Amino acid sequence: MYETNYHRASSVDDAVAQFGKGKEAKFLAGGQTLLPVMKQRLAAPSDVIDVAKIKDMVGIDVSGDTVTIKGATTHYDVAQSDAVQKAIPALAHLASMIGDPAVRYRGTIGGSLANNDPAADYPAAVLALGATIKTNKRSLAAEDFFKGLFTTALEDGEIITAVTFPIPVKAGYAKMRHPASRFALTGVFVVKTKAGDIRVAATGASQSGVIRVPAIEQALKANWSASALDSVTISASGLLADIHGSSDYRANLVKVMGQRAVTAAG
Amino acid sequence: MGVEGIGASVVRKEDRRFITGKGRYVDDIKMLGMTYAHFVRSPHAHAKVKGIDSTEAMKMPGVIAVLTGQQIVDDKVGNLICGWAISSKDGSPMKMGAWPAMAPETVRFVGQAVAVVIAETKNLAKDAAEAVVVTYEELPAVPDIKAAIKPGAAQLHPEAPGNVVYDWHIGDEAAVKDAFSKAANVVTLELTNNRLVPNAMEPRAAIAHYEAAEEHYTLYTTSQNPHVARLVLSAFYNIAPENKLRVIAPDVGGGFGSKIYVYPEEMVALWASKKVDRPVKWTGDRSEAFLTDAHGRDHVSKAEMAFDKDNKILGLRVKTHANFGAYMSLFSSAVPTYLYATLLSGQYIIPAIYAEVMGVYTNTTPVDAYRGAGRPEASYLIERMMETAARQLKVDPAELRRRNFITQFPYQTPVIMAYDVGDFNASIDSAMKAIDYAGFPARKAKAKADGKLRGIGLSCYIEACGIAPSKAVGSLGAGVGLWESAEIRVNPVGTIEVLTGSHSHGQGHETTFCQIIAERLGVPISQVSIVHGDTDKVQFGMGTYGSRSLAVGGTAIVKAMEKVEAKAKKIAAHALEASESDIVIENGEFKVTGTDKSIALPMVALAAYTAHNLPDGMEPGLKETAFYDPTNFTFPAGAYICELEVDPGTGKTTFVNFVAADDFGRLINPMIVEGQVHGGLAQGIGQALLEGAVYDENAQLVTASFMDYTMPRADDLPSFKLSHTTTLCPGNPLGVKGCGEAGAIGASAAVINAITDAIGNNKLEMPATPDRVWHAIHG
Repeated sequence: MYETNYHRASSVDDAVAQFGKGKEAKFLAGGQTLLPVMKQRLAAPSDVIDVAKIKDMVGIDVSGDTVTIKGATTHYDVAQSDAVQKAIPALAHLASMIGDPAVRYRGTIGGSLANNDPAADYPAAVLALGATIKTNKRSLAAEDFFKGLFTTALEDGEIITAVTFPIPVKAGYAKMRHPASRFALTGVFVVKTKAGDIRVAATGASQSGVIRVPAIEQALKANWSASALDSVTISASGLLADIHGSSDYRANLVKVMGQRAVTAAG
Repeated sequence: MGVEGIGASVVRKEDRRFITGKGRYVDDIKMLGMTYAHFVRSPHAHAKVKGIDSTEAMKMPGVIAVLTGQQIVDDKVGNLICGWAISSKDGSPMKMGAWPAMAPETVRFVGQAVAVVIAETKNLAKDAAEAVVVTYEELPAVPDIKAAIKPGAAQLHPEAPGNVVYDWHIGDEAAVKDAFSKAANVVTLELTNNRLVPNAMEPRAAIAHYEAAEEHYTLYTTSQNPHVARLVLSAFYNIAPENKLRVIAPDVGGGFGSKIYVYPEEMVALWASKKVDRPVKWTGDRSEAFLTDAHGRDHVSKAEMAFDKDNKILGLRVKTHANFGAYMSLFSSAVPTYLYATLLSGQYIIPAIYAEVMGVYTNTTPVDAYRGAGRPEASYLIERMMETAARQLKVDPAELRRRNFITQFPYQTPVIMAYDVGDFNASIDSAMKAIDYAGFPARKAKAKADGKLRGIGLSCYIEACGIAPSKAVGSLGAGVGLWESAEIRVNPVGTIEVLTGSHSHGQGHETTFCQIIAERLGVPISQVSIVHGDTDKVQFGMGTYGSRSLAVGGTAIVKAMEKVEAKAKKIAAHALEASESDIVIENGEFKVTGTDKSIALPMVALAAYTAHNLPDGMEPGLKETAFYDPTNFTFPAGAYICELEVDPGTGKTTFVNFVAADDFGRLINPMIVEGQVHGGLAQGIGQALLEGAVYDENAQLVTASFMDYTMPRADDLPSFKLSHTTTLCPGNPLGVKGCGEAGAIGASAAVINAITDAIGNNKLEMPATPDRVWHAIHG
């Protein structure tokens, strides 16, 4: 690790101010990506601004038709939350499947979304549920937030303060774990919204990061059942390929995980 | 058996310090004035080193020196050696390219060191290493066996035309040809034994300390065999004479073979310590471990087996290509030859065997012995072959094995090994009972109804352990003898120190060896201490690998104990005014048989050291040494059966049951044996399902971290069901065979046999990832 200056921010405003002072500052939440990269000397931030200890950044609130999870809330807290388990059980299930216990105790929803790893779990839920990402500056719709591999609409010095999920009628998440990293080799999140829309998102599969899957959405719109996807074909074109999964295998996983997500959703 | 003697599952003495974080590993050790080394490593798999500019690095804070490959060559530090000479079919010696500790001219694998920075802290050394400018001229790289032997392939070493180190063979080619001409059926099989990265929990580390006034070096190192390291560093690398070089291997966090070898980093640390006249510490990180610890396995084989009309095996023909990586590591040459092809008879009567092995260079990390070393490759081949044959011949795989089992011992195979004892039917009976083999078809049918593909796979392994008779291995080209030593020191107050040439890096010697003493003397194990791992304390010894510590090292302890007991009995007889032949040892006392006269061990020991009243002519003291050279290998064997389910939608494998029935001879500490089997099975299953080192076409290691290299986790593994059958090894007084490698040797074939049974497609390579299994199901 290169030398760096560590700041523990006391508030979101303080974090932004500290960020502005650093030459090449980085926000630190759970550190599950940033710290390993720094240890490998692949990142050399001049300043690291820790936002995980800001009181206003942690917590879960269920009110009316939405679940709001504050930016620095850990995966463990989301997975264990009675409120989330009751309101959107698929979201709690997704959080319980992230990485391993050490990652879940430290990693945060805001950190995961800001990093936008193409195989991260949360982007699938955010996109499928049509969540709103709130920052210190604005609110962003999920569709406008994800901009491809490791890229988001976030500007320099912008912090994800909370994510608001509309509570759906039904939702399910199924994930084939990457054998080594335990990211999603492919994960599919299916949603039936209160407005009657069907929204399906896949992570880990596409070269463009998290994607909607129109073929599955159409089939489920006609018939909300796993068997409705039997005749769906997912094209391998544009899908990721590596030693752990070829693109045709991932295309198969999009369908199979889609079916299992529907089954899980009930 | 006493409560702490042979056969007792005594809790491990060493675990208190390990579990409470009080182990003392190389990196825990600090010295006054210590400096830190960081290596500048090649990012290229094959390149000329055109220049190294350290001007900027030398100006950086805390930098003491930047040393290069050319300097180490100029200082006449020897090239790395390979200690086992293998000749090709034509009689020519193996063709080895030079391996300097740091590359002066050419780098041949990613991660090979070209220079080292010595600085005041580790971080400053890393900073400066980034400022060392190395100019490379890239050369075409050879990533694998296929590329290495292709006509026109890039050449690694001028000494080895065609990248071939040797083209070796064993067995009787004519007899095999004859056998195949009479065959009713021939079964063929092509398979790959995937390359593995050892990944011991503790990365390698070294601290070298040169003291100018004494011209003396001390090396703390993560070694499985510190005496062998000292011998090699002294005799071949010209570091210092043996009496001026102390090698200490303190607590070592796992080895699995990868810490047998003397690596460039230790050599450089020693050399650099003299250069800078200060202690030098190097601690490898996980990335360096992936790139520079000797890898394991990496074979590609074709095999054919001939059967008569009654399904009896007539002959076996094998052609194997073995990947050595870019350089010949210390024992690499022996692994795919005498540790592999000599086990190709498996548990079976095979009248004729012929095996050819071509060893090749590639631009990859050097490959050497890794848990099992050659024997997993042999066992995997023969057990995949038996399963394939059973399917082709349409007989039950257990039945085909039984039909061909060796049942009379001793048994001389056509490939050198003489099996001393075994009962293969007992093992397979035990395993089949444990897994309810007869009930499998019903379970398979039920799984099918649930949409799952269920399979069952057997693996009946045999291995040669307790290496090895020195004369025998010497005749086969080994550069060392493979005996072991022990010294027993009975202190004047009756406590006992056992100095062993074996080295514990997880095996539990500090408990098991004490139990041998406890059994013989009837003293508690708390009264006994094991001393190992320091060339200044312990007499020369050969170290720990090849499941040899108990069968060879433990026997040396017994032999030394016999001498101690003989002398102690003389002293006791003298003190008790009895005949020596009437003295028996019980519960820590020397008794005159049939009387109530006795003298406790501490009093015998005290008498030996006060020497006030010893038998006439007897030397004072109570300390004896023995060097034990085994008369044969030992042959642990067993039967493993794996039952699993495959999810046809994802190709994911889920274990239903895994049973292991092993015959290790006598068990000293069954709990420790169980732990060894669990670890071995995890590694064997890891090879079958999860682990595989992958290089891309430029010979860059793709699986260079745990993000891509799948280490087995607890939840990847089933709950193992273990059992033991016993035939005592006749070759040593303890009747023991060795248990450290069995799991890694036997497990992988059982897993792949089960998956291929489940999916009905025999074409499946390791690691059988969900992606591969899914493709094998769906094409």
